[in-house]
Amino acid sequence: MGQTLYEKIFARHVVNKSNNTYLIYIDKHLVHEVTSPQAFEGIRIAKRNIWRPKSILAVPDHNVPTTNRMGEIDDPISKIQIETLDQNCAEFGLDEFKMNDQRQGIVHVIGPEQGLTLPGMTIVCGDSHTSTHGAFGTLAMGIGTSEVEHVLATQCLLVKKLKSMKINVDGDLSVGVGAKDVALAIIGLIGTAGGTGYAIEFSGSTIESLTMESRMTLCNMAIEAGARSGIIAVDNKTIDYLKGKPYAPQGNLWDKAVENWKGLVSDPDAKYDKEINIDGSLIEPQVTWGTSPQMVVSINENIPNPLSFNDKTIRKDYQRALDYMGLQPGIPVGEISLDKIFIGSCTNSRIEDLRAAANIVKSKKVAKNIKLAMVVPGSGLVKKAAEEEGLDKIFINAGFEWRNPGCSMCLAMNADRLEPGERCASTSNRNFEGRQGQGGRTHLVSPQMAAAAAIYGKFVDIRKIN
Amino acid sequence: MEPIKIHTGIVIPLDRANVDTDAIIPKQFLKSIKKTGFGPNLFDEWRYLDHGKLGDDNSLRKINPEFVLNQERYRGGSILIARENFGCGSSREHAPWALLDYGIRVIIAPSFADIFYGNCFKNGILPIVLDKEIIDKIFLRTSERVGYSLTVDLKLQTIKDEGLIGNFEIDNFKKNCLIEGLDDIGLTFTQKDKIQAFEKKYYSKFPWLE
Repeated sequence: MGQTLYEKIFARHVVNKSNNTYLIYIDKHLVHEVTSPQAFEGIRIAKRNIWRPKSILAVPDHNVPTTNRMGEIDDPISKIQIETLDQNCAEFGLDEFKMNDQRQGIVHVIGPEQGLTLPGMTIVCGDSHTSTHGAFGTLAMGIGTSEVEHVLATQCLLVKKLKSMKINVDGDLSVGVGAKDVALAIIGLIGTAGGTGYAIEFSGSTIESLTMESRMTLCNMAIEAGARSGIIAVDNKTIDYLKGKPYAPQGNLWDKAVENWKGLVSDPDAKYDKEINIDGSLIEPQVTWGTSPQMVVSINENIPNPLSFNDKTIRKDYQRALDYMGLQPGIPVGEISLDKIFIGSCTNSRIEDLRAAANIVKSKKVAKNIKLAMVVPGSGLVKKAAEEEGLDKIFINAGFEWRNPGCSMCLAMNADRLEPGERCASTSNRNFEGRQGQGGRTHLVSPQMAAAAAIYGKFVDIRKIN
Repeated sequence: MEPIKIHTGIVIPLDRANVDTDAIIPKQFLKSIKKTGFGPNLFDEWRYLDHGKLGDDNSLRKINPEFVLNQERYRGGSILIARENFGCGSSREHAPWALLDYGIRVIIAPSFADIFYGNCFKNGILPIVLDKEIIDKIFLRTSERVGYSLTVDLKLQTIKDEGLIGNFEIDNFKKNCLIEGLDDIGLTFTQKDKIQAFEKKYYSKFPWLE
C-alpha cells in the first residue's frame, strides 16, 4: 500500500519506537521570546546542553513594538522577555535575528523567507502556527514549552502518529477569493475541532494553483481547524521558491536535495483516515462573525440565529458569541460597521498579501469611521520589498499606518490592541474573546477584504468593487 | 512533576465549549519568564470585571461573582469539567501552568485540543475524555449538590462519586509517566546512543541538512 506524504516524512525521522510512542528526530527548531525562557531555564537547572545548536534560529516577534525601535522598549516586562531571549542565545551560542536586524520578523514568515524551511524536514516551534511550514512538504507542528526544552536537550520529540485527513479542493477560485477564504470555508465546514488528532493534507487543483505564500496561509490555519499539522505536496513552485534563499542548499547539494524533494508527494494509492472534497469555485469571501474561527459566513450572508440550532450547547455558544460581539442575529454581514483594520500576522503579512491589499486601497482614502488602519509587514525583508515597490506610500496616502514587523495586534502582546468594544477587520487567525485586546471584537478576513473594509468603513464584497 | 495516582477533589463546572488558551490565560500574563504565579490570573477576563496586568494585586480587583471560580461552593476545587474542544488555540504552556498553579489536577471534557492535551501531561495534570452523556450527568450533579466531589483513580482508569461514574481511556505511556511523575527528557536521554546513531545515518543520506 502506498504512503501519504505525512507517513513518508514521519518514517524518515523515527529514531525509536516503543508501543505506539515514537521518538522522532527534529531538523529545525524555531524559537521566540514568549515560549522559550522557561525551557532555557530548565536546561540550565538540569545542567544540560543544547543537543544541536545549529538546528535553531531564534527571533523576537510576539512582543516587539511595531513603532519606533530606536529607543528603549516602553513596556519593561516585554523588554525583559526580549532581553532574556538575547541572553539565552548568547549563552548557548544560538543564531538569532535580533529586533533591529533587517531579517527579523514573524517566526513563520522568516523561516521560509530565509530557506530555513526545507521539504522533508520536521520543524517545531513553541507556537501553534508552526503548521504554516507544512506548505513546503514538511512535518511542522506547534509544541509547548516542555517540548521546546525536550527538543533543545535531545533534538527529538516523543509523539504518537497522527491520523491522516485529505482535503481536496478543486476548481478555479473566483477573482478576489484567496487562500484565507479557502481556509475559513474549510473551518466553517469541519469546525475548529474537525482536524483534532489529524495531519491535514491539502490537495486538488485549487491548491496546486495557489502560490507558495497562499499555501502558507492555508497551512497556517490548519491549527484553527484543530490539526496540529497541515501539509502540501512538493512541486515545482516549492522548489522555485526556495532556490537561492540564504539558508537553502547550494550547488551540488541543491541538486541532490531537489532530486529527493521531488518524491515528497503522497502515493496515488495512499489511504487516508478521512477525505473531504470541496468545490473551490463555490467559495465566496469569508467573514467571521463570532468568537471562534468556525463562526464564519460568506460576505452576502446574514448573522446566524442561535435559535435555529437544536443543540443546546451550540445555542448557548452562539448566543454568548453574539453578546460578546455586540451583534444581532439576522443582520447582513455588510451592515457591520468597523473601528479598526489590522493587516498583518503570520497568516497574512507576506508581500503578496500586501500587494493584494494595496491594490484595493490605491488612490482611495480610509473611511472616516475607521479610527486606526495599520499594516504590519511580516518581516523586515517583506517591509523592504514593499517599500521598493512603493506599497508603503499607497497605504500611507490612503491613511494607513505603516509599521515595523512583528506579531502585533494578532495577539496584542505589545502596544497594538483593541480597546473594549472596538470592532476590527483583521487578517489574523483567531477571533477569540479578548484576543486582540480585552473586550475587543475581531472579524477574520482576507487582506483584500480588510483593505476594502478600511475604505468603506464596513464589510463589502470585493468582487463587486473596482 | 507531581505524580497523580488517585485524586479526589471538588468539581468545578465550566459550562462552555471551545474554551481557548487565550481565555485560560490572557496574553498579558505570557510576558512572565517563570512557570509559576499564573493561578490568580487563570480565566482572568471571565473572573474579574476589570482589566488585569502582570504584577497587579489581584486581591484589590473587582471580581465577577457570576463566574464559577468565584462561587463559594466551588472554592478549593481541583477537578474542572467543561464541554467540547477544551484548550483550543495557542500552544502556550502557560495555560496548564495557570490551571496547575490554581490547583487544578484533573480536567474532564468530551474532547481536548491536541497541543493542550499533551501539555497537561508534562505538568502533572490529567485530562480525561468522557462521553457527553456522562459529562451531562456530572454537570447536573454539581448543580444539585454543594461540594460535589469525584475520585479519579488513574491506575484503574475509573471516576467515582459514591458509585462508579465511568471508566476512561488513556495512553499507557502517558499514564505511566503521570503515575511515576517521570521526566520525558530523562527518559529520552537513556536513548542517547540511538539518537547519535540515527544522526550519523541520517546526515549521510540527507547531506544538505547537515
